[in-house]
Amino acid sequence: MVDKKTDLDSPSRRGVLKAGAALAVASPMFYLKDSWAAADQVYRNAPKGATVTLGFNVPQSGAYADEGADELRAFKLAVKHLNGEGDGGMMKTMKPSMLKGNGILGKKVVFTTGDTQTKSDAARASAKRMIEKDGALMISGGSSSGVAIAVQGLCQEMGTIFMAGLTHSNDTTGKDKRRYGFRHFFNAKMSGSALGPVLKEEMGTERVAYHLTADYTWGWTQEESIKETTEGLGWQTKAAVKTPVGAGDFSQYITPILNSGADTLILNHYGKDMINSLTQAVQFGLRDKEVNGKTFEIIVPLYSRLMAQGAGENLKGILGTTAWNWALTDEGSQAFVKSFGAEYGNPPSQAAHTCYVQTLLYANACEMAGTFYPPEVIKQLEGFEFDGMGNGPTEYRAEDHQCFKDVLVVRGNQKPTSQFDLLEIVQQVPRSQVEYDASIFGGDLGPYKV
Amino acid sequence: MDAILIQLLNGLDKGAAYSLIALGLTLAFGTLGVVNFAHGALFMLGAFCAVTFQKILTISKRVKDESITFFDAYKDQPYLEIWWGDTGAAIIDYAVPLSILFAIPVMLLIGVALERGLIKHFYKRSHAEQILVTFGLAILIQEVVRHFFGANPIPTPAPDVVSGSAAIGSFLGLSDNLVYPWWRLIYLFFSGVIIFAVFAFLKYTTFGMVVRAGMADRETVGLLGINVQKRFTIVFAIAALVAGLAGVMYAPILPPDYHMGMDFLVLSFVVVVVGGMGSLEGAVAAGFLLGVLQSFASMNEVKAIIPGIDQIIIYLVAVIILLVRPRGLMGREGVFEE
Repeated sequence: MVDKKTDLDSPSRRGVLKAGAALAVASPMFYLKDSWAAADQVYRNAPKGATVTLGFNVPQSGAYADEGADELRAFKLAVKHLNGEGDGGMMKTMKPSMLKGNGILGKKVVFTTGDTQTKSDAARASAKRMIEKDGALMISGGSSSGVAIAVQGLCQEMGTIFMAGLTHSNDTTGKDKRRYGFRHFFNAKMSGSALGPVLKEEMGTERVAYHLTADYTWGWTQEESIKETTEGLGWQTKAAVKTPVGAGDFSQYITPILNSGADTLILNHYGKDMINSLTQAVQFGLRDKEVNGKTFEIIVPLYSRLMAQGAGENLKGILGTTAWNWALTDEGSQAFVKSFGAEYGNPPSQAAHTCYVQTLLYANACEMAGTFYPPEVIKQLEGFEFDGMGNGPTEYRAEDHQCFKDVLVVRGNQKPTSQFDLLEIVQQVPRSQVEYDASIFGGDLGPYKV
Repeated sequence: MDAILIQLLNGLDKGAAYSLIALGLTLAFGTLGVVNFAHGALFMLGAFCAVTFQKILTISKRVKDESITFFDAYKDQPYLEIWWGDTGAAIIDYAVPLSILFAIPVMLLIGVALERGLIKHFYKRSHAEQILVTFGLAILIQEVVRHFFGANPIPTPAPDVVSGSAAIGSFLGLSDNLVYPWWRLIYLFFSGVIIFAVFAFLKYTTFGMVVRAGMADRETVGLLGINVQKRFTIVFAIAALVAGLAGVMYAPILPPDYHMGMDFLVLSFVVVVVGGMGSLEGAVAAGFLLGVLQSFASMNEVKAIIPGIDQIIIYLVAVIILLVRPRGLMGREGVFEE
């Protein structure tokens, strides 16, 4: 009988040597693997002290300055809530959530701000300054798609996550989408899908539309999406005229409409431009006209309560879409309105809502990832499904970083019950009606590591 | 026909604004020989006279808004309304026309202060130096306004009674489509009155005669023992007043912001050059001409032939006129021709 001994039973000299050699080789490898992983996770502006810096880049001047001011208020409130101050707002309603009210990953949140001036070059310069000089780990803000796309591109180059604020162009998460850019706000395509059935019901299928369009990416894509919708309904498009952003006096663009034979004006304008063009359109008597046997109608595909405030009486009865409204009755919206109202004395705008939510979503993604390392945070945001932040169950689609949630079709309130009750919700269009195939707009997200 | 008429009206309306600003610019250049790049800022200051006056009239008491239950909200209630009810509200409604009374002394004062404090030191300096100093002044004025009023345009509405449109078509027995905003018609009429007043002042008063003589030959007028300098100070103040009044009345058309003067300045300089440097008639004629051309260039039928023509028409005309007739439409021979 042969008693076969294993190395383990009685280690031979050769066995010990072999095992030792193997260990000698394996141990450094083990250590190296860890150190390689750490080296792999070297990233710009990794927080070293007790704080983490976020950069809020908003228009403080220019045509979208009102939205910018409200965005900044929302950012400040989000930071307050993240640091455990105030009543917590939507942190109490967000599901699922790993936010604890002790900053992000235990680090107190501080912030730096920039003025985009509603200009792409100025926005890039201020974002660059916040990243390079102020150490911002994440950039958020916007209020113009031109600005958002420009800053998103910069953030991709610099490896800094960009949580877009108010940007409605299809391009932001379409042909110009970036791995480091995320949009919670809806887009022009979704506005068109939401608005279509309501337009058909209220205005019929035989209309002649005339577009005035802000001459930059947002205006172009909104015109394209709304044309696609209205022409799908059977409407004709008489003309689509591009207007410079910040034109102020739109009379030279409005007068040709009077005798064009169009019975519907679609204003692809936003902010002060929309206030000015709509006010002037009303001054020129467009809303009192009868054309083709129909009452002349004006449509503002994207509008907000802030614009309604500026346009006053002129906006009453006009249809459009909005991402969110303070009058929504869900738990999350009400918590946010209460918190924002107590802080600033007025309800938040849709721009404020999206900026607040974006900040919380970023913070939560860091908590979920257990690190600030951008590629890991990005992976947590991609495909993230959540609720309790207004507009019902929401998903950050992984393929294009576009959030999908319910869209509101609204009308300028004809009988407001308060100074803020300016938009009447006509319909909360379900998310399923505004979803589309991510591939239709093309684009490429790019790499996780830059 | 309707389309042509409405574009014509709109062109005249735009032209009225260009003419008023260009008129002041030409007055300053023709009399003082100063190229005043701060003139657009004076137009903006006029608009802010309307804003300031409106703010004064709407000084308010903050009262709790009981209709908001989510949080404590407040709304502003103007003291004028609290004290005088509907009468107070009517006064606030007429803030823009009333602000003309406020703007007249303010703009005259600003004009005198600028001329005495800065401009007079640059009479004998080169045009390049004048442009630099007045451009710097314009930026300074802009930033001061931005500091106090912020960067956003401030809505300054016209009185309710003239906020709608006039049915010109029905009135003239033409199509009902021909309507035009009341306030823009008022602006056009107001501009005509101001232009007429300036010309009448220069033509029918002794003061005006001296100014015109000074514009033609300053040295000879001085040799006749007339204090041209003192009169020129007044002329500068009048130029500032004309720009200011143009700004006041433009406030309901375009909500004023700190940058609005700069937007008009460039166009107005083109108007002055096209009209002929130093020619008051030329400035007015060129203002209306370019306004009307710009308006017609905005018609879709025109843009279908030459896309983008509405954006460049004014500059295109300026280039052609300067090539064909360097002194401008009504400029004096020898002035700025070399």
